[in-house]
Amino acid sequence: MILSYIEIADGDIKKTSLEVAQMAAELAKKMGDSALAIAIGKADVTKLALIGNYGISTLIYVDTDVSISKNIATLVANIATKNNASTVIFPKSIMADAVAASVAIKIDAAIVNNVVEIPDTANGFSVKRSIYTGKAFAKVEIKQAKKVLVLRKNAISTQPTSDIASVETYKEDISTNHLKITETNKTKGDILLTDAEIVVSGGRGLKGPENWHLIENLAKALGAATGCSKPVSDMDWRPHHEHVGQTGVKVAPNIYFAVGISGAIQHLAGVNSSKILVAINTDPEAPFFKAADYGIVGDAFDILPKLTLAAKNYR
Amino acid sequence: MKILVCITHVPDTTSKITFTDNNTKFNTQNVQFIIGPYDEYALARAVELRDAQAGSSITVLHVGTAESENTIRKALAIGADDAIRIDAEPLDAMFVATQISAIAKQNKYDLILMGRESIDFNGNMVHGLVAEMLQIPVISPIMKLDITGNIATMHKEIEGGKEVIECQMPLVAGCQEPIAEWKIPNMRGIMSAKSKPYQVIAPVETQNVALTLSYDLPVAKSGCKMIDASTPEKLFELLKNEAKVL
Ligand SMILES: Cc1cc2nc3c(=O)[nH]c(=O)nc-3n(C[C@H](O)[C@H](O)[C@H](O)COP(=O)(O)OP(=O)(O)OC[C@H]3O[C@@H](n4cnc5c(N)ncnc54)[C@H](O)[C@@H]3O)c2cc1C
Repeated sequence: MILSYIEIADGDIKKTSLEVAQMAAELAKKMGDSALAIAIGKADVTKLALIGNYGISTLIYVDTDVSISKNIATLVANIATKNNASTVIFPKSIMADAVAASVAIKIDAAIVNNVVEIPDTANGFSVKRSIYTGKAFAKVEIKQAKKVLVLRKNAISTQPTSDIASVETYKEDISTNHLKITETNKTKGDILLTDAEIVVSGGRGLKGPENWHLIENLAKALGAATGCSKPVSDMDWRPHHEHVGQTGVKVAPNIYFAVGISGAIQHLAGVNSSKILVAINTDPEAPFFKAADYGIVGDAFDILPKLTLAAKNYR
Repeated sequence: MKILVCITHVPDTTSKITFTDNNTKFNTQNVQFIIGPYDEYALARAVELRDAQAGSSITVLHVGTAESENTIRKALAIGADDAIRIDAEPLDAMFVATQISAIAKQNKYDLILMGRESIDFNGNMVHGLVAEMLQIPVISPIMKLDITGNIATMHKEIEGGKEVIECQMPLVAGCQEPIAEWKIPNMRGIMSAKSKPYQVIAPVETQNVALTLSYDLPVAKSGCKMIDASTPEKLFELLKNEAKVL
């Protein structure tokens, strides 16, 4: 059985998890096996049932507000064992990474992160993973019977149907209080950078935090999340969790706008898995143009308001 | 307080990545190797914590071949007190975690620090695996770490924000900036690094390893299409009709 781990955010399924479901369903089909999903958290059951659109016929739902990876891992490992799961697939996220590592030990599995393709089962079991922060790929062979895979975002294209999954609820008391979360600060209502289909990022070219409304307005018009380069968060123009790149958040949206960002190799390392890169920069020699799909040589202060206005016709 | 800092030996962030031997080996030619940048943040914070509490020590641990020697010496120069190298190719995250937890079981560290992820295989797994093997808590990625008595207080990044977490030691943490400023080794550090205790130990056996068969590089982009600054709205037309992403 192939088990897919479905992540919930704000009462709904996160986009990367749809890709995980699709991958689990396709892998199961290829191997003549069955696919099952598990979701843990607080969500609307009718929304969860839509995982059926991605080839999953049964979803096990644990209705709980646990937020500690270790406890979530215990639940996933127990369900994996009960259902004889050979492979458990997770979406890439801070939380799911931690759960995946813990589950791998609990069920005695091999683990591979940043998987970018449906595994090749023609001759054994091998997977393609992204390495060197998106600069290369590796083909990895797993010989063990049990496997834990973590899927990188935007690596699998989904083909939703209109099928609905049956949702079975599951209950189990798990309590460990080895750590205490004393405070949670989360920007509410904003689109998550790691989950966004479009990201608008600003760099030092924006000159200062007082100009960030230009980035935010375009983002709002496009339904996009906002990001920034490292110097921007180093100077506290923007919060640290918005910093994109090798040492920051890695994003893989459909469109990444880099505005006033030069295109240093460490910044590109965080965005090179995006489908389309757009660069807007006053300097025609900016290295970002070498990596971009579309470019505009121009002043952000002039271009951004125009794009914001035009975006309204496309969203 | 006994601190273990686990470090990786990785190509510097500007390296051009290529492969040799029919795409089965990483090409080390013209590549400069460094301590993993996240690991270096972990080490920098460990040095500060050690210096703040008398009787504390830092052991730096690396799983790798003799080629990593300079990277380990640099960690000693920055301020670790002694070093252990597990003499083996770091095959995958599970292999590395098994080696680290074997050492940790023998030596009872209060704090096991490492980077949030390596920048070669970007697994982001080793801290979680080690913690599960040792049955102790793990918190990652953390941007702030303070110790009072037996309690660690940490700021952990979550999607779209942060959490403040309190946890009793022993624990494992994956670090990232701005937990501490990188420390540049001074002359005394560099000199003393040569005489600090440095053990080389054989690996323990493990199974469950995912072996790399071959590598490849992403397909190059076909080039950047330029849009005139006087008609920026053309961009959306192209994103919609040509790239089909809008
Ligand atoms: C170990 C290491 C790790 C790093 N990790 C990261 C990382 O994770 N993420 C990251 O971003 N960086 C990282 N860096 C830093 C990186 O090398 C660059 O310094 C950084 O990305 C530059 O940010 P920037 O493009 O905003 O600024 P700059 O390089 O200063 O570029 C500003 C750009 O704005 C353009 N510009 C100026 N005015 C305008 C205008 N009015 N309109 C339009 N364009 C304008 C300029 O032409 C220029 O291209 C790292 C560096 C190191 C050494």
